[in-house]
Amino acid sequence: MKPFVLAATAGALFAIGLTLGGMTVPAKVIGFLDVSGAWDPQLAFVMAGAIIVYASLLRIIRRRAVPLLADRFHWPTVHAIDARLVGGAAIFGIGWGLSGYCPGPALVSLAGGAASAIVFVVAMIAGMVFARRLDHARG
Amino acid sequence: MVAIVHGLTGGALIGLASAMLLLVHGRIAGISGILGHAVDTDQGRTFRLGFLAGLVVTGAILAALQPSAFGAGVHSLPVLAFAGVLVGIGTTLGNGCTSGHGVCGISRWSPRSLVAVVTFMVTAALTVAIVGAHA
Repeated sequence: MKPFVLAATAGALFAIGLTLGGMTVPAKVIGFLDVSGAWDPQLAFVMAGAIIVYASLLRIIRRRAVPLLADRFHWPTVHAIDARLVGGAAIFGIGWGLSGYCPGPALVSLAGGAASAIVFVVAMIAGMVFARRLDHARG
Repeated sequence: MVAIVHGLTGGALIGLASAMLLLVHGRIAGISGILGHAVDTDQGRTFRLGFLAGLVVTGAILAALQPSAFGAGVHSLPVLAFAGVLVGIGTTLGNGCTSGHGVCGISRWSPRSLVAVVTFMVTAALTVAIVGAHA
């Protein structure tokens, strides 16, 4: 019960942060990406605030041998900079620019973003399932 | 000024939540990965379902308290559906999105995440420049 509740608490804080930062308003996100137009810099401050806090706490957490409620730290194991990484990131960016939604804000907006967020999230999950099927098919 | 304070405060909360997930569960707060592997049957399932529940339920509460903090999409629903499929495929191939690569990866100075972030920022900005910021 405790691991679930603490993870849900982290999810709740994350949702409040995204909403306070304005990331649940697609027009605002697109305004941030509109560098050649009426640029809205707010999201740069969201990124800066998140990185400053996370990077600082990371230095402290890293001194621990193990996390509080797990047997080890699950650091990313893939290190290759390849066509798959660049291609995937490029495709993600196109979808982000078209919609103004990245995965977190879309999930937080499910209740408040009307049909837009629901349609986006269903399509996003379908895209994830499709890409993973393709992976399994290729072995 | 209000935008700067809201941005920094919102960002700080995102950083705090991500650090909490690392400290307690030993996990990277990458939303696309957490969602994409939500129902996998490994030992990470509890933290993934808990985190997703926290995100969605809190979103619903915030939407009831402060509806103006949420906006609808700028473009039509078919365009949003297409964009959603691209985000799903792209984050699966690229192993991450704005949170996993953008916040956690950059904070660790991961070369892979730096490349990913520069790439998706460029294609996102190009997309907005070509398609436009309005419907």
